[in-house]
Amino acid sequence: MTSENTPAQAPVGQQSESATGGAPAGRHQWPMWEVFVRPSRGLSHVHAGSLHAPDAQMALRNGRDLYTRRNEGVSVWVVPTAEVSASDPDRRDAFFESAKGKEYRHATYYTKSEGVKHL
Amino acid sequence: MGSVGQDSATIISAGSALTAEKLLDSGVTAPERTAEYALRLGDDALILAQRLSWWISRAPEIEEDIALGNIALDTLGHARMLLTYAGTAWDRSEDDLAYFRTEEEFRCAQIVEVDNGDFGRTVAKNLIMSAYFYELYSRLVDSADETLAAIAAKAVKEVDYHLDHAVQWTLRLGIGTEESAGRMRAGLRDVWPYLDELFEDEPLHDDLEGIAVRPSTLRAPVMERLEVVLAEAELEVPEVKQARTGGRRGEHREALGFLLAEMQSLARQHPGATW
Repeated sequence: MTSENTPAQAPVGQQSESATGGAPAGRHQWPMWEVFVRPSRGLSHVHAGSLHAPDAQMALRNGRDLYTRRNEGVSVWVVPTAEVSASDPDRRDAFFESAKGKEYRHATYYTKSEGVKHL
Repeated sequence: MGSVGQDSATIISAGSALTAEKLLDSGVTAPERTAEYALRLGDDALILAQRLSWWISRAPEIEEDIALGNIALDTLGHARMLLTYAGTAWDRSEDDLAYFRTEEEFRCAQIVEVDNGDFGRTVAKNLIMSAYFYELYSRLVDSADETLAAIAAKAVKEVDYHLDHAVQWTLRLGIGTEESAGRMRAGLRDVWPYLDELFEDEPLHDDLEGIAVRPSTLRAPVMERLEVVLAEAELEVPEVKQARTGGRRGEHREALGFLLAEMQSLARQHPGATW
């Protein structure tokens, strides 16, 4: 289990097996899955963490055991970690720089025009 | 563990689920024969929970460690309610019954005493017991005894999940590798001889018509469930002789003595200790 912001990498070569949910792999080969839980008062699934499981069916059950122990959720999704493409945390500054200093992308940047009542 | 944990403080809702404490607070008292019946069910759950909790820190993967721990904890919860209820008839607490009875005073079926063995045997035992519990509790919800019905209503939802867990693993071990199928077959052979005892009627059940579930009525539905799962897992029903029964009369296997020694030693060295 990991709880980093970026998905941990599944062992190389596990991708196809995990995605198809084929024959369970051996002990040291269980692929990793990302778990998303929809809270009982939430509308969307939120990343809860990750876990190891031999296939999708077992990943769902492990997700239920690990991340809904305290009545947190009403729905669980699991996704093979290997199927998640993530941005590079070391390149974060460059990757997100463009959005900085562009206040005009926020509604609050604009002043309300005269005479507009319902905004 | 995950980010969800931060939200949990605001969304905890224990609901109105029955607990051992609530049961005690309600002031209900079990009739003598009903208590004897609750003791049988409670002992099955208690000893199975104790066996399963052994896996904590020992399971093949940490995820499975937690799964088995959860199942043990659910089952212990059933034991607590059932033993608390049974104890009301004799003015004994759940702890009195769990920690201060001798081997021959226990009324569990012998199957729950059987050593865990490897993962295959544990799955085989869980498969049989969760199928049995599921069929039992799903009928006990209609019991004329309101407390037993309420305990069953809480338990049946949990054993439904335990059964699913056991079925999933039976399928994976059965159609997995040669090694896993071999272990599953061996596990089934080890626990199968104790099946008959689960379905044995006693005079107690005659006295509790409408209150207790008659064990013999569970045989067909439990066996049907097991046979379907085994067929799908490409496993066969083991051809083994049935063991001598007697757990319900206090006649147990050697393994129970060791289990009780470990389970009871702390409470007996420090009676009344809490932490």
